[in-house]
Amino acid sequence: MDISFNEEHEELRRTVRRFLDDRSDEQAVRNTMDTEQGYDEDVWKKMAQQMGLQGLIVPAEHGGAGLGAVEMMVVLEEMGRALLCAPYLSTAVLAASAIAEAGTDAAKKEILAGIADGSTIATVALVDEGADWGVGDVTMKATADGSSFTLTGKKTFVLDGHTANVILVVAHAGDGLALFRVDAGAAGLETSALPTLDQTRKLASLSFSGTPAIRISAAGDQTAAIERSLALTLIGITAEQVGGAQRCLEMSTQYAKERLQFGRPIGSFQAIKHRCADMLVSVEFSKSAVYNAGFIAAEGGEGLAEAVNMAKSYCSEAFFKAAGDTIQIHGGMGFTWEHPAHLYFKRAKSSSLLFGGPLQHREQLANRVGIS
Amino acid sequence: MSKTMSEDELRQRTQALLAEAHPDKVDRVTFRGTQFDHGLAWVHFPEGHGGLGLTPNLQAIVNDEIRNNADTFYNDIELNPIGIGMGGPVVLTYASEEWKKRLLRPMFTCEEIWCQLFSEPSAGSDVAGLSSRAVRDGDEWVVNGQKVWTTLAHVSKWGMLVTRTNPDVPKHKGLSYFLLDMESEGVDVRPLYQITGEAEFNEIFLTDVRIPADRMFGTEGDGWQVAITTLMNERTALGGGSGHRKAGPTATLEHLWNDRDKTNTSAAADAIMRDRVTQLHIESELLRVTSLRARATQKTGGNPGPEGSVGKLAQSEIYKRTWETCLDVLGKESLTFEEGYELRRPAGSPRTPTQLAKYQFLRSRANSIEGGTSEVMRNILGERVLGLPGEPRVDKAVAWKDIPRS
Repeated sequence: MDISFNEEHEELRRTVRRFLDDRSDEQAVRNTMDTEQGYDEDVWKKMAQQMGLQGLIVPAEHGGAGLGAVEMMVVLEEMGRALLCAPYLSTAVLAASAIAEAGTDAAKKEILAGIADGSTIATVALVDEGADWGVGDVTMKATADGSSFTLTGKKTFVLDGHTANVILVVAHAGDGLALFRVDAGAAGLETSALPTLDQTRKLASLSFSGTPAIRISAAGDQTAAIERSLALTLIGITAEQVGGAQRCLEMSTQYAKERLQFGRPIGSFQAIKHRCADMLVSVEFSKSAVYNAGFIAAEGGEGLAEAVNMAKSYCSEAFFKAAGDTIQIHGGMGFTWEHPAHLYFKRAKSSSLLFGGPLQHREQLANRVGIS
Repeated sequence: MSKTMSEDELRQRTQALLAEAHPDKVDRVTFRGTQFDHGLAWVHFPEGHGGLGLTPNLQAIVNDEIRNNADTFYNDIELNPIGIGMGGPVVLTYASEEWKKRLLRPMFTCEEIWCQLFSEPSAGSDVAGLSSRAVRDGDEWVVNGQKVWTTLAHVSKWGMLVTRTNPDVPKHKGLSYFLLDMESEGVDVRPLYQITGEAEFNEIFLTDVRIPADRMFGTEGDGWQVAITTLMNERTALGGGSGHRKAGPTATLEHLWNDRDKTNTSAAADAIMRDRVTQLHIESELLRVTSLRARATQKTGGNPGPEGSVGKLAQSEIYKRTWETCLDVLGKESLTFEEGYELRRPAGSPRTPTQLAKYQFLRSRANSIEGGTSEVMRNILGERVLGLPGEPRVDKAVAWKDIPRS
């Protein structure tokens, strides 16, 4: 397996970067993060219609581009770099892959085209209130009512759960874990946006009471299928982390060249220079971790779960360290509201904990590779 | 200018070499000598000097072809690393035709081992500040001074010596580069014992050593440039990690961990230590993947990115922590050091994982010093990769003799 990007990948990266430079600059991020909705409808529409981004991994027969993990990783690295505020990870990665992995043909037909053309915002409601991130931690049970179902209970930390039109709820059916579709506005559904540490990524808690739900997964237990979808989502999150960390490195390096104290650029002091050099090493290692996982996923190779655990553990810590060091290198300026360093710092900690933190992923990895 | 040759033709030429001299049938010197004569020693060297004037990446084809067709592989980069890895390129670039003819073949066959005499007690990271002196006397130079950390000097025929020929100019400008016959009178090689008790390296005392003037590589005062050529070839040889999963220090760590004494440890202590082991597993894997990425970039002919520069620094630091963690995993057992500290040359005898961990715990402290300290590597990453400004230099425009020295 060669971990290297071809010319099409590079072109995709350039195109997405140009678009985000234009439509998701710092001011746009600040304006959008301040809204409860958390995304700009015009930008969302153009992402789908001009760029085809929402349909990136949606199969061509359902109106998407039918691309894979490598392209998804390239796009999310750029989005993480720009701190794009949009329900992209939830809709185009998490929900799209959950349907692709676990959905029936009918469900694919009904939902995926809307995701690809930007008209549907979708998400997956995984975490039960008070429970952890694992698929195995879900205890919510769907109640069968003839051939239809109802849901009662609470899900929390749902990405964009307050703006999604289509919510895919992970709950137990009689024959194992299944995926249920609940539409926004359904009877007995209450959504409330959470006040998030990271304002650029919106989360919601959802309450269901006797809410009608349509089972959209095929018969049988879908644990493995949902885990595959989560693995892809984790590659997406870690790609965002790489993009964010790379941006922190660039900001820090740039500032270290320009800021003069004691009559010389602070980057000429080894205390600053070496911090930047260590950041460079950890950014390169982060790229290795994510690209390794992304290429394994794309080529269907062995060791995907291990690669994802490594990436989530390493990239989370590397991004958080880079963001913290970026504040430190910028001195007082880095602590101000006006400077973007805090946006990356908050994103770094929240994305580190999303879908399991470094410790949890290392514990899983240790179990998988036989560090007993 | 590199010539082009198809991979098939290169394979055929290697087959012709194997037909004439096969590693399973002839000794090392005969085989390697024949390989040299066929131009398959360094394919990127010119014809007549062990090469065919091709691009360096084609050497892998020759090596693979030999490996695939013989049980014996004379991997003599281990026997003569300084010569083959660094001496070869320097000789090719700076030596006269006559000296190329004289030096390259026995270097490749390992009949003549090489060493490099750069570092001095007063000049480590700041090697350009070195103090040994060469004074011209007729057709000869007379050298006095002391060198340290000289690998293989005790078995070497040739030394690459950098010494000061002019103390009245700034430090980089007063150095010259010599080919030193290590059998010359006045060359005293002594073992330099390190914290393991072993002497992998030497210190060398040079007392009125006479070198013929035509053994200078480059011109007088040009020694720093020649030394840079040598060192550039050194750093690419270090760093990058083990090419295989389940190899290297982490494999030993995981072996010791899974083999640990589980009595007398609390669940909490066990969980913390397990997390440390797992972190090192990850870093070691990422070291491997980073080096694969660098190689993939090289293969596509792309410009080497930062992924190619971070290996040396990362590897040194990861290895030190890995071996240190091994001792923490062993716990009380690490209080003893069975192989002892008898001052000696390395014997190369095999070690059990426990013995290896204890030995490497000590040996690995040099990883972040040899071949460029981690501090120097961070300066290089900061300045050359990230483009940060250098430190103000107080010694750059000053005559060497006027620079303060400890």
